[in-house]
Amino acid sequence: MNRIKNKYLFWFTFLLLACIGAPINAATTGDEPGKVDVQDIVFSHIRDAYTWHITEWNGKEISIPLPVLVRSEERGWDMFLSSHLHHGNVHHNYYVAGEGEHAGKVVEKNSRGEEVKPLDLSLTKNAVGLLLSCGILLFIVLRTARWYKKHPYEAPGGFTGLMEMAVMYINEGVVKEGIGKEYKPFSSYLLTVFFFILINNLIGIIPIFPGGANVTGNIAVTAVLAGCTFLAVNLFATKEYWKEIFWPNAPLFLKLPLPIMPFVEFFGILTKPFALMIRLFANIMAGHTIILALTCLIFITASMGVAINGTMTVVSVLFTVFMNCLELLVACLQAYIFTLLSANYIGLAKVRE
Amino acid sequence: MSLLTPDAGLLFWMILSFGIVFVILSKYGFPVIIKAVEQRKEYIDQSLESARQANEQLAGIQAESEKILAQAREQQNEILKQALVEKEQIISEAHQKASAEAHLQVEEATRHIREEKEKAIREVRTEIADLSVAIAEKVMKEKISRTDEQEKIINGLLDNVSFSKS
Repeated sequence: MNRIKNKYLFWFTFLLLACIGAPINAATTGDEPGKVDVQDIVFSHIRDAYTWHITEWNGKEISIPLPVLVRSEERGWDMFLSSHLHHGNVHHNYYVAGEGEHAGKVVEKNSRGEEVKPLDLSLTKNAVGLLLSCGILLFIVLRTARWYKKHPYEAPGGFTGLMEMAVMYINEGVVKEGIGKEYKPFSSYLLTVFFFILINNLIGIIPIFPGGANVTGNIAVTAVLAGCTFLAVNLFATKEYWKEIFWPNAPLFLKLPLPIMPFVEFFGILTKPFALMIRLFANIMAGHTIILALTCLIFITASMGVAINGTMTVVSVLFTVFMNCLELLVACLQAYIFTLLSANYIGLAKVRE
Repeated sequence: MSLLTPDAGLLFWMILSFGIVFVILSKYGFPVIIKAVEQRKEYIDQSLESARQANEQLAGIQAESEKILAQAREQQNEILKQALVEKEQIISEAHQKASAEAHLQVEEATRHIREEKEKAIREVRTEIADLSVAIAEKVMKEKISRTDEQEKIINGLLDNVSFSKS
């Protein structure tokens, strides 16, 4: 018993020393100790980037340049690595705008000397993270499916068993419950949505290179997901659903001279996917923001002396650990909620008299 | 506000990659898994059902075998009972037969004895007659004079003998 206690004590002291030691090093090796632009650090992570910044080593930035793919109205398609645009460099008349309407985006100086935004299909950090997690998702699911082909009538164990449990739970407990009898055509879509969001959320929590992209915390990604649910709800809706929207069961004066109720109902069609979009985006973005802000706390307090910095480091690490656990829960929960609500919306559009 | 405006490039990549992932997974991914799990479930249900049926059959067979065993035991008992009865019957019959035979034999023996006795008596009678004739001859040869007296005595003797024997 005593030895176990000693062991814990040893590790605790070790971590404490590491916590105190790390910021001192960081503070002394940085260019301007004490001046940390938290907003810049957080926002540069939350927003997209043209390079995948990994870390800084001995004052040298280690990052992966990603391809920039743009189409100018005047010159057509162009593709080059983002390393050409570092530190405000201009390449083929393209550069990253410093401020203004398109701050942080690649813009073009056209022949008349105006700054215009080209069609930008660059493989940004989020796009690469997205493709990466899509690859992982495909690999995981197809491998599970292949296992079943190789082992008919057998019960899987290990990871395949976990996948089976998750797939069957979502299929039976969420999709079937939410939609009802006609759930079969939608189960593939909703399962894809669930695992897509889950994988992206989980990879987003991992702080080092392959992970850390803020994919599901980006509004474009959640907008596409919500748009797909919008299509799934409204393209396969029953007549009764449309009747309830355009001629709802309400007093006549609410419908005839001024179509108040139909307007409200029609607005409801749009608010449901909009809420889906905002919920997922805000949850994941807020999680990333909080974890980053808590980590930045260490560097903000670096100039306030060793005592304050040390205590704040301990507090920050403890809070970050707590927030990471919370984010793990949120990652699963948001994927579940998105799927559940999508299934329920589809189920609502499947009403029969 | 730039956070809330979806980026065209990312929108394009998202639609493309999500579309591809959806198409692939809805063709080769999830339906395969769900179908396999459902097939396995069906298979397990079937196996359980057939196991239950086999069990039932086994129970039926057991009951039947027990019935047969009980029947056999009953039959055995009946046979044993019958055998006992038959045994007693046979014994009593044998007894009867034996006693009848013994009776017959005894009768035969008595009859035989009687016959023998009569035969012996007859023989004795003839012997005695012969003997008495011989005696009479001798007596007559010696004392012819006293004939009347002698005959009286002989007859007297003879009557005595035949009386006592008959």
